[in-house]
Amino acid sequence: MSDVRVLVGTRKGAFVLTSDGQRKQWDVSGPHFAGWEIYHVKGSPVNPNRLYASQTSGWFGQIIQRSDDGGKTWVQPGTPPGEKDATQQGPPKGESNKFVYDTSSATGKPLTTHQWYDGTQHPWEFKRVWHLEPSPADPDTVYAGVEDAGLFRSTDGGQNWHELAGLRGHGTGPRWQPGAGGMCLHTIILDRSDPKRIYIAISAAGAFRTDDGGKTWRPINKGLYSPYIPEPTAEVGHCVHHVAMHPSHPKVLFMQKHWDVMRSDNGGDSWKEVSGNLPTDFGFVIDVHAHEPETIYVVPIKSDGEHFPPDGKLRVYRSKAGGNEWEALTKGLPQKDCYVNVLRDAMAVDSLDKCGVYFGTTGGQVYASSDAGNTWNPIVQHLPGVLSVEVQTLP
Amino acid sequence: MIRVVLPGHLRALAHVSAEVQLNVEGPVTQRSVLDALEAQYPMLRGTIRDHVTRERRPFLRFFACEEDYSLEPPDTPLPDAVASGAEPLLIIGAIAGG
Repeated sequence: MSDVRVLVGTRKGAFVLTSDGQRKQWDVSGPHFAGWEIYHVKGSPVNPNRLYASQTSGWFGQIIQRSDDGGKTWVQPGTPPGEKDATQQGPPKGESNKFVYDTSSATGKPLTTHQWYDGTQHPWEFKRVWHLEPSPADPDTVYAGVEDAGLFRSTDGGQNWHELAGLRGHGTGPRWQPGAGGMCLHTIILDRSDPKRIYIAISAAGAFRTDDGGKTWRPINKGLYSPYIPEPTAEVGHCVHHVAMHPSHPKVLFMQKHWDVMRSDNGGDSWKEVSGNLPTDFGFVIDVHAHEPETIYVVPIKSDGEHFPPDGKLRVYRSKAGGNEWEALTKGLPQKDCYVNVLRDAMAVDSLDKCGVYFGTTGGQVYASSDAGNTWNPIVQHLPGVLSVEVQTLP
Repeated sequence: MIRVVLPGHLRALAHVSAEVQLNVEGPVTQRSVLDALEAQYPMLRGTIRDHVTRERRPFLRFFACEEDYSLEPPDTPLPDAVASGAEPLLIIGAIAGG
């Protein structure tokens, strides 16, 4: 029977939770990188023991970590522990933390400013990596979504990073504006059926797609309606919180926008609202069942001003119809006095039968369901605030 | 031998448990000490100074002999006591919170 490994990024370190396929007894290891913010940890689909982690700090900046043994040990790529001589031959040392925006005219139009909160132009400044997306084909290729919004790629296992500058340079960049959490590129979806197609999303610019491997990009926000921005149907400027896709239906996308749950059936060319009977359609996470491409999950949050569940009840909502018709999933979840949030990268699914669903809260709980959401149990209850959750189904 | 005391998070990153000792060629300045530190511990590149601009990260401060040298030009000589190894250069994370 397969095992399951849950990778949890928190405000104060990373944790690795492991179980057998029953998903009842869990081992917890961590904190890894104690005291650091771990925005994201994700494993390679090709080599599950190859993990990448984004370790970050307002004091010390960005660190990329890599593990080749499933999270037991970690190195900064190209800089082994105990390395004493940076001048010796071999891969460059200390370069794995270096994210430099490409402003060359050869790769995109030189672009150095975006819109600031007050409408003025503001310099592009690298702050941190929000999301790491390993390639489904090559364990040494990994994409990084960063703040201020940009997309980087490494093809040498995270040792060196280069920007796919066509995204920022395609034309709308000067109109992108940070959301309350910063101007972050938080979603990267690699289409396994078409290696040249990539979807990304930025708060608060919107969703974008490339069909040529990242050279050229275009906004895919038609159908989004955001009444709180100057032009509610603008080409860019929408606060997209997260986007999910089932690998077998690569043109069907599901989006949790600031407000509104949306779906697209044409690769993002157009969107329609599927909030239906949700108690509130504000939220951050959205994900798709591993075996049922029309079964989706969200966690409704009361509002943008009150980042906690309505009525103090933590409820996952599931739609088996691809949206519009939603049912509350409450068994095992706190149904009173619960005022946590579930952040945008903090939900994931495993590929066991029955599908496991996992999410983490800002209160430090990680909940698991081994029956597609019907019932829930906490794996851990007292971690630091959870920033991200990923799951690996291990052979 | 120059002595440098790192914040706890950077000691963990560099896999050291106490202060570090460095050989510095020529004048002992912020720049020459940090260059030697990053050469010996390349995993610290970008954590104390920005990778590109080489400027001090905003929430870090440099102290020696009970004086704050954070705002001194990077090529200003550090005190003789640091150059002789009698006193360490302290790299300190700004205290924030409340």
